[in-house]
Amino acid sequence: MFSPVFSEQMGRAVTFVPEPEPVLALRRLAALPKLAGVTPASQLGIRPLPEMVSSGIREIDALTGGLPRGCLSEICGPSSSGRTSVLLAVLAAATRRGEVGALVDTTDALDPISAASAEVDLERLLWVRCGKSNIESRTSDCGSQTSNIGFEGRDAGFDDRCPSHRRGPTPQLRSLEQALRVTDLLLQSGGFGLIAIDLGDVPHTAARRIPLASWFRFQRAVETTPTVLLVVDQEACAQSCAALLIRLQSSILGRQSSGEELSIFSDPLSERDPNWPTQAQLLDGLHIEGELLRSRLGRKPSQSVTAAFATRAVRIA
Amino acid sequence: MPFACIFVPDFPVEALLRAEPELRTQAVAVLEGKAPLQKIFAVNQKARLVGISPEMTKVQVEACSDLVLRVRSSLQEAAAHAALLDCAQSFSPQVEDASCDTVLLDLAGLEPLFGPLPKIARDLARCACDLGLETNVAVASNPDTAVLAAHGFAGVTVIPEGKEAEQLGSLPVEVLWMGSGSQIQEIFERWGIRNLRALAALPSIALSERLGQEGIRLQQLARGRTFRSLVPIEPPLVFEEGIELEYPLVLLEPLAFLMSRLLEQLCARLSARALATQELRLHLELENGFHAGDTEECGIFDHVGTGTLSYLERTQSRRSFHRTLRLPVPLLDPKVFLKLLQLDLNAHPPGAPIVKIHLSAEPVRPRPAQNELFLPPSPEPEKLELTLARIAGIVGSNKVGSLQLLDTYRPETFQMRRFAPAPIDENGSREPKSARNNQKREEIGLKRSSDRSQGQTGFETAVTALRIFRPPLRATVTLHQGRPVRIACPKRKEACGEILWAAGPWRSSGDWWEQEGWSRDEWDITLQETTGITLYRLVRDLFSGRWLLEGSYD
Repeated sequence: MFSPVFSEQMGRAVTFVPEPEPVLALRRLAALPKLAGVTPASQLGIRPLPEMVSSGIREIDALTGGLPRGCLSEICGPSSSGRTSVLLAVLAAATRRGEVGALVDTTDALDPISAASAEVDLERLLWVRCGKSNIESRTSDCGSQTSNIGFEGRDAGFDDRCPSHRRGPTPQLRSLEQALRVTDLLLQSGGFGLIAIDLGDVPHTAARRIPLASWFRFQRAVETTPTVLLVVDQEACAQSCAALLIRLQSSILGRQSSGEELSIFSDPLSERDPNWPTQAQLLDGLHIEGELLRSRLGRKPSQSVTAAFATRAVRIA
Repeated sequence: MPFACIFVPDFPVEALLRAEPELRTQAVAVLEGKAPLQKIFAVNQKARLVGISPEMTKVQVEACSDLVLRVRSSLQEAAAHAALLDCAQSFSPQVEDASCDTVLLDLAGLEPLFGPLPKIARDLARCACDLGLETNVAVASNPDTAVLAAHGFAGVTVIPEGKEAEQLGSLPVEVLWMGSGSQIQEIFERWGIRNLRALAALPSIALSERLGQEGIRLQQLARGRTFRSLVPIEPPLVFEEGIELEYPLVLLEPLAFLMSRLLEQLCARLSARALATQELRLHLELENGFHAGDTEECGIFDHVGTGTLSYLERTQSRRSFHRTLRLPVPLLDPKVFLKLLQLDLNAHPPGAPIVKIHLSAEPVRPRPAQNELFLPPSPEPEKLELTLARIAGIVGSNKVGSLQLLDTYRPETFQMRRFAPAPIDENGSREPKSARNNQKREEIGLKRSSDRSQGQTGFETAVTALRIFRPPLRATVTLHQGRPVRIACPKRKEACGEILWAAGPWRSSGDWWEQEGWSRDEWDITLQETTGITLYRLVRDLFSGRWLLEGSYD
């Protein structure tokens, strides 16, 4: 199929030049009335960068620029890597700004003393403790609103080889499902400056079963709001939905009877004998290293960037 | 001095139609009396057109297929009368409660506020209509003329001063007795006096000679020349709505349908008085009474931290069911109330068929709606309450809220409270509460923020947080020279093996003067796991000698 186009060059005779087929197809598509209001991707405006808020830890802010509003941020790391310490610092910073924060505690693991000593304003923190419940979700209202939030396989796609599927979800999966539904309700409610989902004690095998569609839904729900959505887990599970991904790891700080601080267990076997603690040695804190794994807010760094900071142990005295 | 009268024609029927507005297009009759001897007590205009009249028996009217029969409800009549008073009170503080279907109000001085008298009369009718009542409204220069005009003319009537006799002239003389018969009425009928114009034209002296002072009073009424002062009342701020059901309800969905109407009426009444509510009480009368299980299910959980809803009191009668909805802020949205009640009834069903619904609201002043422009975002109270109720439906009512530390050293002592974030002031600071937090931290023995390195930008040293295992995990610990060297925790397979590092013990005790005393040693231990080194808090209960894994540092 050719479209006759006239071409005139330097006073020569007019000749027919056949138009390439893709161009023709695009023109015809553009002429369709249904597509008249569609803006080509090449002409779309650049989405403005989200507002960044402080995480409450100077080193983390220096590493990432803060936590973005309207985005899903993820902090991952193994046990004792300082995830909860960072989470409490973020909650404290949010409540210090006068915002209302919500913590969806999947395994009911929040320590009130730690939260209070981290300067979290407990009156402005909504704590949702998932887990065992007397009330099975019989309310049709909740079910109808969050019907598409849940695990793969509760309705379809669950691993058939898993015997728990035949017996119903395990308590762990049930609490995880509760956490997802609660998060969805909180995002729909709006007005929260920070919504944190604590999956820190949820095994990665269980966290990986959260369908990507749930994370996309959360991302879509939060992107038009000034809310910081923060997920704390062992391994990254939000995948491409997370605008910011930080991995934490730590070593342990001890204190000798002389008061001198030392970092132990960087190589536990080699340092065990000389540094075997005495009665007077106490835990002094954690030495945490954070590594920026992903940030959609800026260009990918050419090499790994990390930041380190220390935490302080709390004792009731 | 102008006065207005609001009159509700066929008041018993209107009181019922207020709860069932879909019957307004039908002929409705209200029955009164006991079952075999029930008679028609009141009918609406459509029923009159088909030949139904009061004092007919139920058997007589049952032949009429289009007629809707309802039993007279004193509960709904009381609510309709209270709504009528609310309507009048929303315009003027000087209100006289003339009868159950008639209310008088003084309009003196209201014109600068509400406009000219015809507009006030129309607004009164509209306000009554919003409250579910179809009324006649009349405005006149004296109360009696206003009452006669409201009873005699349908709709809105405004009688200018000096034209009372002319306007009232066309009314029949029966309007003087408000429907109740009188001996004088028969005399007037014999004299051939059919309307007020004829009565007003009679010579006064001759009328006095024949009928005495009563005749003169009636003539003055017909001429619109009486004057009396209002007897103002101050109706109590009681906002109650109820409905008695002909058939018991067994499903929550139709119950929600009825509650929706009651809530709308209740909110309309509160709105008419420029009030809101912070406490809503639902009282249901049940057909079969409570079974033992139902009482348990709806047990009292009024301790702190139950969330939004709490059971107020154990029912005095075994045939009733109470729920109380307490709100952190005054609200006036029937949809929000309905959703909250639905969620609560879903969680705490009545347990027996429902025969009577009664709703009451505790009136409070509405909260100011104006917020600062530059304050940080916070959830809207209405949405927040709904969200909390829904979350409570998922995780349980005692597992959502804000936590409050208690003044004790005993571990794991806190309580859940209803989540109600206090608004912050213009500067975004919350000094009094921060002070309270510092005080609380001092009470539990934590260092104040001034002890730490705190920069001017609000950065603080992060604390090493503990992740609690609820409940604590039992562990078997091997000691060497009084120190733990090996641990086995059956419920947490990762926490097994040789202890790499142990610090402690940190001994604490308390409440030894009570029966629930406690004493324990805390150890911080480190274990090598597949993911790396993990730090746990190991606790030995010195009373029982048991080792417990309390949590992990993270």
